[in-house]
Amino acid sequence: MRKIRSNVQKRRLQGVIIVSLLSSLSFLYFGFLKPGKDVTTFGFVLNNEWVIIKEWVIASQTGARIFSAISLVASAIAMFAYKKERTIVVPVAVASFGILMSFLTWIASGKFIPFTGLLQGGLLLSIPLIFGSMSGLVCERSGVINIAIEGQLLASAFVSGVVASVTQQAWWGLLAAPFAGAAISFLLATFAIKFSVDQVILGFVINVLVIGLTDFLYKKLLIPHQNTWNSPPTFEVIPIPLLSNIPVVGPIFFTQSIVVYLMFAIVAGVTFALYKTKWGLRTRAVGEHPTAADTVGIDVNKLRFRNVIFSGLIAGIGGAFFTVGFVGAFGKEMTAGAGFIALAALIFGKWSPIGAVFAALLFGFANNLQSTLSIIGVAIPSEFMLMVPYIATIIAVTGLVGRVRAPAADGIPYSRGGAH
Amino acid sequence: MKNLISRIGQSIKLPGLSFLMAFTITGIIIALSDEKVMNKIGSPIEFLKSAGASVGNAYLALFQGSIYDNRLAKSNFIEGFYPFFETIVTATPLILTGLSVALAFKSGLFNIGAQGQFIFGAIGASYVGFHFNLPIGIHIFAAAVAGMFLAAIWGGIVGFLKARTGAHEVILTIMLNYIAGYFILWLLKTKTFLRPGRIDPIAPEVAESARLPLLAGENFRIHAGIFIALAAALFVWWLLTKTTIGYKFRAVGANSQAARTAGISVPFVITATMMICGALAGLGGAVHVLGSEHALNADVAGSLGFDAITVALLGRAQPLGTVFAALLFGALHTGGRMMQSNTGVPLDIVVVTQGLIVLFIAAPVFVRYIFRLKKLNASAALTSKGWNG
Amino acid sequence: MSLELKAITKTFGSLTANDSINLKVETGQIHAILGENGAGKSTLMNIVYGLLRADSGEILIDGKKVEISEPSDALNVGIGMVHQHFMLIPVFTVAENIMLGHEKSSKFRVLDLDQARAAIRTISEDFGLQVDPDAVVETLPVGIQQKVEIIKALIYEAKVLILDEPTAVLTPQETDELLNTMRDLKSKGTSIIFITHKLREVRAVADQITIIRRGKVIGAVSPTTSEAELASMMVGRAVDLAPAKYQHETGGAILEVKNLTVRDALGTPIVKGVNFHVNSGEVLAVAGVQGNGQSELARALINLEEHIEGSILLDGKEIRGASIKDSLHAGIAFIPESRELDGVIGSFSIAENLILDLHGQAPYSKGINLSAKVVHSEAEKRVTEFDIRTQSIMDAVSTLSGGNKQKVVIARELSRPIKVLVASQPTRGLDVGSIEFVHERILAERDAGRGVILFSTELDEVMALADRIAVMYRGEILDIVHSNVTREELGLLMAGVTSAKAGA
Repeated sequence: MRKIRSNVQKRRLQGVIIVSLLSSLSFLYFGFLKPGKDVTTFGFVLNNEWVIIKEWVIASQTGARIFSAISLVASAIAMFAYKKERTIVVPVAVASFGILMSFLTWIASGKFIPFTGLLQGGLLLSIPLIFGSMSGLVCERSGVINIAIEGQLLASAFVSGVVASVTQQAWWGLLAAPFAGAAISFLLATFAIKFSVDQVILGFVINVLVIGLTDFLYKKLLIPHQNTWNSPPTFEVIPIPLLSNIPVVGPIFFTQSIVVYLMFAIVAGVTFALYKTKWGLRTRAVGEHPTAADTVGIDVNKLRFRNVIFSGLIAGIGGAFFTVGFVGAFGKEMTAGAGFIALAALIFGKWSPIGAVFAALLFGFANNLQSTLSIIGVAIPSEFMLMVPYIATIIAVTGLVGRVRAPAADGIPYSRGGAH
Repeated sequence: MKNLISRIGQSIKLPGLSFLMAFTITGIIIALSDEKVMNKIGSPIEFLKSAGASVGNAYLALFQGSIYDNRLAKSNFIEGFYPFFETIVTATPLILTGLSVALAFKSGLFNIGAQGQFIFGAIGASYVGFHFNLPIGIHIFAAAVAGMFLAAIWGGIVGFLKARTGAHEVILTIMLNYIAGYFILWLLKTKTFLRPGRIDPIAPEVAESARLPLLAGENFRIHAGIFIALAAALFVWWLLTKTTIGYKFRAVGANSQAARTAGISVPFVITATMMICGALAGLGGAVHVLGSEHALNADVAGSLGFDAITVALLGRAQPLGTVFAALLFGALHTGGRMMQSNTGVPLDIVVVTQGLIVLFIAAPVFVRYIFRLKKLNASAALTSKGWNG
Repeated sequence: MSLELKAITKTFGSLTANDSINLKVETGQIHAILGENGAGKSTLMNIVYGLLRADSGEILIDGKKVEISEPSDALNVGIGMVHQHFMLIPVFTVAENIMLGHEKSSKFRVLDLDQARAAIRTISEDFGLQVDPDAVVETLPVGIQQKVEIIKALIYEAKVLILDEPTAVLTPQETDELLNTMRDLKSKGTSIIFITHKLREVRAVADQITIIRRGKVIGAVSPTTSEAELASMMVGRAVDLAPAKYQHETGGAILEVKNLTVRDALGTPIVKGVNFHVNSGEVLAVAGVQGNGQSELARALINLEEHIEGSILLDGKEIRGASIKDSLHAGIAFIPESRELDGVIGSFSIAENLILDLHGQAPYSKGINLSAKVVHSEAEKRVTEFDIRTQSIMDAVSTLSGGNKQKVVIARELSRPIKVLVASQPTRGLDVGSIEFVHERILAERDAGRGVILFSTELDEVMALADRIAVMYRGEILDIVHSNVTREELGLLMAGVTSAKAGA
């Protein structure tokens, strides 16, 4: 018991120190470097939610100082909580928020920031990442590495786009997508489990195949026959009565399409099932110590096979988001690496559903912040903002956020009498 | 002698059958996606005839576009080999990036980062190529070394971080590829790199003195890069089999724990491997810029870094195998262009072929299962050791 | 419930692991299966438990033929098994481990942990096996983990319980406790198959003994049979596991360890400030139950561990903090605990394995150029000298038997100038012939004036080879005693009881 605590403590202390340093830097940099005449405007209203504050205008320098001060205080509280061995999550979160707001106030001085829109856009960009990371989670917790998330997303985006075009029904597209994801999963499961192919190499090859095939069909069928094959309708946004009227929260969470509501359900369902049900217990068991599971009569490879297929179904809905859930027409390689970022989110989130969701939200938000800032025209080159999720992932896996440990049997094919 | 033939037969059985299956499946896709073929679905005989013609034409174009085209042999037959020279041009950077991935495999590392390393190699070579004025020969050398140096550092970051923290190289390299991709986008907007008078992301052309000499005159693009690539393959072979460094690499790749227990420094091997891998891929980028592209652009790497992985997998991480695999995939890509323009079959189908070949090569058990073979030489399947490895 | 095996045969390639084995376990009987490592005991039990499939033969329960092709089949007919390597998921709690495979759910399909806890408590009380249902398994000592395994089998209502080498990880006292539990279970009607190679335990608890050698049943004897007779049946010839210790010269301290602490990655001390020395021409054995810090101490001696404090003096020179390579080249030969993981590279040839720590020096290489010719000629010499049974030095080491792999490791380590030999569990998993070879080599090194540190959990081995014995318990060396100590005294020390405490 003692050793576990000491490790966690070390990590916590590192976290607290980093946050304190950043708070101080933000106070000194954002609070003092900018002359104080300009104002920053935050917009809070997006649709027709109840208005409490429409806009909030603040002098940039004062604002940056106030938010940095908040983060400094929060860092101090975090340090205190650490000393008292209490949880530091809340103060650290507050401090991070303060730093971010201070940065925004500083960088957007003289400009308008659509605050609610920023968050809503961030959520939209994280949706495929969340679906992808849930797909990876279901696979990897049972011991099958899933590098093919990209392929699952791309294939199902393609299929749902085509099916929705042909039928002119978004619903049919959404229904077809999981089957496409599952088909890719079937390939992954068959070769990984039945034929013991190295799972990282296999996932990579599957992505190559899906990219090649969708590019081919896109050029051969979708471009020449745009109207029949590639003009899918998209889902309407369904505002949830009352909830959608809540300021800030409403437009972000309750004014979305059916695909997003499905995502909420899937995240909740997977989290509950993984920790509270028989399926979850067995999934975690075969991911950690398959031989032990086998000796109590669990068919390891069958369970893994089913989980891989299940993961494809989840990723499939995520793929549908690209076409019928958001953009409409399918575009060449339109997933643009979302599958890999989803994988990064899974690892960043330490293979836990909640962690993966937060990581995905973080990546989505960083991405959207980048585009928002380049639209309002600020000095930081957008390429550097675009690098943020990738740099964050490197920081995560190199242990600055704490050692990340995959399920013990992840990626190792199971056969009786094999090495154990 | 008979023994030798049967051994060779055994060793080409798996690749041979994999090719057969990959081209068969590709053919089916080509036929089924051809409207002329699908229109005849009513009568089976016509349908098959038409399918055969469709696939036959596509594969003929693939051959003519990559090896020999008699229509080009107007004054002498050598001209007919123009496509083959093009194949070599395409294969040259692939050999180098493929070697980068292959060498990493030998040390037990899965280098998905050849893409980013290639980009940095191209950046270094391009900068020295257009910014300096140096004598011929020295200029090429300096540009290539600059590219290799930057790429070695970029690859070395992966090695260093893995050696220090145990972070998995697959994740690190995927992330670094994206970062390199955005970095070059930004770089080509800067004053130093943006070609005067242009707004699209392209750098100035490298000086004449920094360009690799052409091998077959002005009418052919084939350049001296192929010799650099072959020399690199020879170097990798020598390094792995004849030196203590290569011995260390292979020992760590095969069983890093035992290697460490015997006093081999695993961090050294990981870092050194990734630096050499970076340099190899970077040399690929340099040769690509100095030999055929002559100017850095945002898409300079194309999908070369990823194709490199399929090349190394097909070549089973052996230097000679990697050279042949790169030539084959180079031929597929070159011929694919002809196939696209002559028969309307999109070039992207060769990516599918490529993927299928590698998939089957990586799954000897599957090939054995499909063809009901008792024996299939499939030793030393490549592995990547999972996340905790 | 009785269990009968008829003509069970199992082959792996050209190796016949089980050759027409017949066996009958009566109801409420403790039936010991005795055989040396590699005799085919585990294969046989894995067949009974459904983890392996026999090529031919029948399994009968209470006289009726049953088909067991999956562990679930075995569980259904009432066969339970405690494996040599525990089948517990380290990050799960005891309750989660025990409910796995036959989970009960309450409302909304939520796992019913309360039901599992209650079931564990019932079994705990019935059989006197105390465990906390909510403890995470990886935090429990091995002795308790074994209890969890037994509860797991009992909760499935096992009527035949297979215990595969259950005492390997236990102290002599814990072993006695386990033997009592076995008698208890027997009195409640459970049949037990007890797999072991330890003669003493067999004679103490078994009702019937079947001896297996090279996959064949050699004989069924009663527990009154003498140890010498059992041993010779097991090995197939008269054996004397205690090689003759003749008088030999002992020199001064060649390796001195002062206040050595080894920490794991999290900073927890695994070895806590130990002090000892070994003289040249002496075997110092480090005894103790597995997992008391011996492995880490052995590894620390060549700086294989990451976090080491204190001092290691080799011939008066400090080597702590040196690189692994320098430690080896300073004159320490190291035989690692796990041959497969740390000792050899399976896919490398024998010749390549023999230069794993020598490839960087003459005559094997010049600069960075490796000389294949020298490597091969030297390898040929080693193969002859150390009697490595192989077709060619170019064969992959993975094709060799365990004993021959160990010979490759020993040949490599002893073929350079050394002052000290550190051998960590050097005979684990070997057959008797190979064990004798290893023992001879260790004593030869001692007689040649080297200092030998032998880490072993096998009491017989320790008592046979050692001049002095250091006993480790929870990271500390409790005492260093002369080899004329009794087994009982050693056993008490291994359980953490020093003579002072024992007297009190």
